[in-house]
Amino acid sequence: MGILSASVSITRYKVTGKLEEPVLQTIADGLRRNMITDIDNEASEKAVGWTSFEYPFNPNFEGSSFVMGAYLIFSLRIDKKAIPPKIVKKHHTIEMAKHLAETGRDRLSKNEKRAIREKVVNDLCLRIPATPAVCDLIWHMEDASLWFFSNQKAANEELETLFSNSFQVNLVRLFPYAVADLMLNLSESDRQILSNLSPARFTE
Amino acid sequence: MLDVSVAYNRYRFLGYEFLTWVWFLIEKNHDKLKGFDRELVSLDIGNRIVLENRLNDDLVESITIRGDEADLKEGMLALRKGAVATQLNLIYRTGSYEWRFSIKGENFSIGNLKFPETAPLESKDDAEAGVLERIYLYEKAILFVDTMFKNFVQLRISEEWDKEVVPLLKQWIHEV
Repeated sequence: MGILSASVSITRYKVTGKLEEPVLQTIADGLRRNMITDIDNEASEKAVGWTSFEYPFNPNFEGSSFVMGAYLIFSLRIDKKAIPPKIVKKHHTIEMAKHLAETGRDRLSKNEKRAIREKVVNDLCLRIPATPAVCDLIWHMEDASLWFFSNQKAANEELETLFSNSFQVNLVRLFPYAVADLMLNLSESDRQILSNLSPARFTE
Repeated sequence: MLDVSVAYNRYRFLGYEFLTWVWFLIEKNHDKLKGFDRELVSLDIGNRIVLENRLNDDLVESITIRGDEADLKEGMLALRKGAVATQLNLIYRTGSYEWRFSIKGENFSIGNLKFPETAPLESKDDAEAGVLERIYLYEKAILFVDTMFKNFVQLRISEEWDKEVVPLLKQWIHEV
């Protein structure tokens, strides 16, 4: 999902914690260290990392290319190799038959079956290109807020983990109570009332 | 703040009550909505409402109403049985501009946000201006939701909530 898409979905976060000074350098270092790596010719099934907003398939964080006005804009990329289970099953069956023929045995142990399956998946991963999913984000430094352009649970979880690992600050999702508690500047007594609330009943 | 997952689950009702209150304002008190945005022309229910009625800890009834100009009677009936709105699709208009988006009460995620048309991007400079324009447009809708929610929270923690707002909501829900 992208900032420039025809329609967008947004999950909002508050960034909590203090970034190490100089801030832009800390962010640039975090982005470079955790930049997406290509897995097309590797056995890996999945890769998660940062990529550039402008060049999502050729990431580059040189200079301050990720700064736009008062915002930091970059993207989370998740590359995944989706091997259809039926293809795995087909090759697994072929490889098991081959192994039995070579060894002259009539059955395989559980561990042997598992090892053959892992090898099959690895071999297939080398041949199958990864499908990329790119989700943009906008980080507003002044009010420590962040918009992530996806509502998908898995993408949001990957974002929260990678963000914390990359910059040593955390993302708190802005669900209703968090908005009330973190964004509305309530007094201590109002916060106490808020925390004691229970559901209202609208039925008679 | 409390532990995030504890707060998320314990106060999930806040978002549901907020959306139910917004629906009530749309139907019964448009003037109050105008107080949240002086440029507001209208706020309407769009093409989707999801309601939830928690019958007990394990049993949750979910009702979805879809379609443009959909009849909301089913939704009102669900409210009468104790349901609350868990997701609303809203149409927000200011001046000659229109935004359409869905908001989930549980986590305030904004989905399927459609915004006023912008000029096509032709150069790299255009791209930066285009992004900043998009940010402005997204912010406008988000700010409106935040302003409504801020007013809701102030009301929800005040005595006015039980004394005035809940009776009005009950009256709206149970009127024929």
